[in-house]
Amino acid sequence: MSVAESEPILPLDQSLGDVTEQLARIPLHFPTRRRWLIALGLSSLLLALFVVSVVVLFARGVGIWGINIPVNWAFAIHNYVWWLGIGHAGTLISAMLLIMGREWRNSLNRFAETMTLFAVLCAGIYPLLHLGRPWYVYWMFPYPATMSVWPQFRSPLEWDIWAVLTYLTVSVVFWYVGLIPDVAAARDRTRRRGWQVFFGVLSLGWRGSAVHWLRWQQSYRLIAALAVPLVVSVHSEVSLLFAAGQISGWHSTIFPPYFVLGAAFSGFAVVSMIAIAICALFRLQNLVTDDHLDILGKVLLATGLMTAYGYLAEVFDALYSGESHELQTLEDRFFGAYAWTYWGAVLFNFMPLQLLWWRRVRRSPWALFLIGLSVAIGMWLERYMILVTSLYRDFLVSSWGAYTPTFWDWSTYFGTIGLFMVPFLLFIRLFPVIAIAETKEVLQREQTEEAHG
Amino acid sequence: MADAPAFAFLAEFESPEDLIEAIKRARAEGYRALDAFTPFPVEGIGELLEFRDERVLWLGFAGAWLGFVIGVGMQIGTNFNYPLNIGGRPLYALSAFAVIAFELTILFGALFAALGMLYLNRLPRLHYPIFSASRFHLASKDRFFLCIKANDPKFDPEETRQFLSELGAKSVELAPP
Repeated sequence: MSVAESEPILPLDQSLGDVTEQLARIPLHFPTRRRWLIALGLSSLLLALFVVSVVVLFARGVGIWGINIPVNWAFAIHNYVWWLGIGHAGTLISAMLLIMGREWRNSLNRFAETMTLFAVLCAGIYPLLHLGRPWYVYWMFPYPATMSVWPQFRSPLEWDIWAVLTYLTVSVVFWYVGLIPDVAAARDRTRRRGWQVFFGVLSLGWRGSAVHWLRWQQSYRLIAALAVPLVVSVHSEVSLLFAAGQISGWHSTIFPPYFVLGAAFSGFAVVSMIAIAICALFRLQNLVTDDHLDILGKVLLATGLMTAYGYLAEVFDALYSGESHELQTLEDRFFGAYAWTYWGAVLFNFMPLQLLWWRRVRRSPWALFLIGLSVAIGMWLERYMILVTSLYRDFLVSSWGAYTPTFWDWSTYFGTIGLFMVPFLLFIRLFPVIAIAETKEVLQREQTEEAHG
Repeated sequence: MADAPAFAFLAEFESPEDLIEAIKRARAEGYRALDAFTPFPVEGIGELLEFRDERVLWLGFAGAWLGFVIGVGMQIGTNFNYPLNIGGRPLYALSAFAVIAFELTILFGALFAALGMLYLNRLPRLHYPIFSASRFHLASKDRFFLCIKANDPKFDPEETRQFLSELGAKSVELAPP
């Protein structure tokens, strides 16, 4: 990442005032009203599809999905893992790179964190739906029940709800602490009463006092330092949902790092797509530059290669164990009924990715967008593969089965895309989509460095 | 103190360097009730204002420990209250309790750090006297304000204004309480 250190990441021919006006103007004088409305309309249709699917699910039960015995974990858990993985990149960009002092993060962190929030929302709703009787979710919490039993704290399924709720809460807190000064900046830019009240209330009376900034920095960095191990722990814990059982293809010590890296990989892919889309929509090329895309491309390539290592390690693990059922699962993945998910994952994840070795491809928005899309699809197939190929041929031949997603599986999944997009679109309509204060901090530092040689 | 009630003087500067220089001069002059308002955190102001408050960090630390104790305590306590023997596995399985203990450590640490920051900054608050200053909205844009509060022993409506103008401030304004 020599770019960030040697050369300025932002064009220096813009002033602090320009940047403030440009970013605060987006919610206050929203530029691309038509395109935004079209996107919101389509997303709302998906959201409506989600609502219908959930109502039908609650009325008729999880039997409307394709799950069965032996494949009792399919789309619900598969998409849960997929969404949660996407969410992790937002925290990594925002928190890890803040601690490491990477200045390029400051143009990306706001929408990356926002992506995290809504991706975790989509993820978190899946186990709830998979319960079948979601009104019993309170059984997961230790409350003084009349039978005086408690949750089973030794089970990964119980760990899961604590991990995801913690992750959601900490993500909201981190996002909001970072947002406060920018909301105050937007409040100071508007003369319209409604906006003043809206931003005024949300800014909590922030006034940019130097002492406040110092405490804010302490708090922001501390939360960042806590959020990085949190990401690792949450997705490791998710992998333990699988690895702690004895199912072949799941029961492997490679799972926690394999899942964390795969999560970062899919997340960086989606962050790249969102960065390119937002940049084009609001003409922010002066803040999200080709250099940013270049770095995102490199990170995507690096995390992708690490994920590929996970694939190899998994194969090695199975071969080295020599355990017959483990070998059978490996064979099922390579040549079985669901081999298309394995080879599809390999193809979509790692083939277009190799183009990122070229600088010209990394700096081309279209190419990077398409590669990101390919990775999102590839990681989706990977999660499908991990779930279904391990379950459909159990230890006993008598319990072998098959899984086909039904209409309601698909409708719920596409519905969650609406559940992600609608709040995300509302966010970019109502809030500064790039961190104002942090961008100015970088710009100011780079301008000073330039001036003093 | 003169007749007009005042909260503070606000002096406007165009760059962080000018502001830092102004704070140095004001401190050399003997002013102590100082504050600054900036669009982003400016390096070096902390030392000049003798800011040594690390309570946010300590609160985060305390919160993290509290979360850890709650996490471990809850899991041991419930198993003590209703021992559930599953295949003879250990009742107090600390390795199995580690995940939730860790999550709660992070959760409480982050919450304490965030809420502690707001509490120590006395936020949220609906109004602050400085908001009525006519150019104060620029503090969130690209201007850097030095603030000398009226409770400073050296504060004087005339002399302080004179002093701030001599520092090269773009504007000097008296904010009413």
